Amino acid sequence: MVRHVIAPAADLPSGERLVAEVAGRKVVIFNLDGEYFGLFNRCPHQGGDLCLGRTTGLVEAGDSPGQYNYSRRGEILRCPWHGWEFDIRTGKSRAEPGRIRAKTYDVDVKSGSELFDGPYQAETVLVSIEDDYIVVEA
Amino acid sequence: MNVELPARPKPESTINRPVIADCDIHPCLARPADILPYLPKRWQEHAMTYGMLPRHGYQSGPAYPKGQPDAARLDSWPPDGRPGSDLSFMQAQHLDANRVELGIMTVIAPAAGAAQNLDYSAALARALNEWQVAEWTSKDTRLKASIVVPYEDAAAAAVEIDHWAGHDAFVQVLLLSRTAEPLGQRRYWPIYEAAQRAGLPIGVHAFGYGGYPVTAGGWPSYYIEEMVGHSQCCQALLTSMVIEGVFERFPGTRMVLIEAGLAWLPSLCWRLDKHWSRLRDETPHLRRAPSNYIRDHVWLTTQPMEEPEKRKHFHDIVEWIGIDRLLFATDYPHWDFDDPLWAVPVKLDDGARQALFLDNAKALYGRR
Ligand code: FES
Repeated sequence: MVRHVIAPAADLPSGERLVAEVAGRKVVIFNLDGEYFGLFNRCPHQGGDLCLGRTTGLVEAGDSPGQYNYSRRGEILRCPWHGWEFDIRTGKSRAEPGRIRAKTYDVDVKSGSELFDGPYQAETVLVSIEDDYIVVEA
Repeated sequence: MNVELPARPKPESTINRPVIADCDIHPCLARPADILPYLPKRWQEHAMTYGMLPRHGYQSGPAYPKGQPDAARLDSWPPDGRPGSDLSFMQAQHLDANRVELGIMTVIAPAAGAAQNLDYSAALARALNEWQVAEWTSKDTRLKASIVVPYEDAAAAAVEIDHWAGHDAFVQVLLLSRTAEPLGQRRYWPIYEAAQRAGLPIGVHAFGYGGYPVTAGGWPSYYIEEMVGHSQCCQALLTSMVIEGVFERFPGTRMVLIEAGLAWLPSLCWRLDKHWSRLRDETPHLRRAPSNYIRDHVWLTTQPMEEPEKRKHFHDIVEWIGIDRLLFATDYPHWDFDDPLWAVPVKLDDGARQALFLDNAKALYGRR
């Protein structure tokens, strides 16, 4: 496991995503209200680029017929190809959570001063002590 | 702090991808007006003033909203225009990336053959055929076209087929599955006669506008019901083709069902044969059991494939149909696109793969 410094945290506002190259693989990183999650960019179904999918919430049946619940606003990613829904927090697909899931990456935010203790790899990021950075383990 | 990493090759290069034939690619007009230069002046005026009324009550487009905008992969929108409208974008995203050696184009929108005004239907079909040559097949020789025909006016459709017969760009005649009457009925026979004369297969692509509900039970509530309804529709049209004796009367007919699914075919054959053995004398023009005609005259494209829960049952389906009758298709750029590397849910042996992904299509669409 190596930690990779991806970008200044300020580059990824809440509700947004960015794509990073981590150990030769594309990873999509999401900021959900200050919590950070990473998914391998390849959809586990047939390989669509997950970074191009739309984020939505979950529409599900409520307690009785005709009732619907809308939850998890902004936390579900729909693949741009066949529209499978993936939970950004766990990578699990809504349709077959036990069998099909997008590969997840642990994402953290660290202050510049913590990072100087290494070992980290920062491919293009210049780190300064005052700022926070997105860090991915891979 | 900053460590230079060596550049790595992209994890998924095109090197391991097999060369394929894709038997369902959808080019489309970037803008509706792009067809105008290919229409005679009289029909340009018509198109701009009245437009096309499909055979479908009270609405101008498909009855059900699609799963994605323009029914397309979200990543298939070129910088300018609709998915499927930009050749160089299609080359980079699909033909080159997926190593398509032979790409069969099926223009299903605008659905010229479903226009209620039959003269406009014929004019628009001709224009779309001219456009396919000018904008697509003459610019990329991997692409082959299907002749769009005004199929509700079979005499005019036969004229269109005769017009393009022998032209290098065209490798099949294209119908849509929803028609005014079941496709085996005699009003359509001039189409089969002309296709036989030209030595061209008849491709029947799912969708279109028949004017009837999209399922045998009436108008359903949801798009997903429309999607699975194609198997009903195609069973009905294929049954009609067999029972009306089209394959007996036009023995050169080769029919390709496109985007209709495939796992339903064996059960249809079994059921037809069972009834035929009891009711044979109702249709004495049939010399053989229905499944016999289907086995000899019908091909199916793969996308979208049924995926049985137990994967081994997919092998059974392939065996029942015959691997030689299956043609790989992606449906690019539509949202239910099948990636050639991942779409087939089982591992096929090398011979079967070669047949499915390339050789069957080359044999079927090769010139006779
Ligand atoms: S490739 Fe993502 S849903 Fe099919």
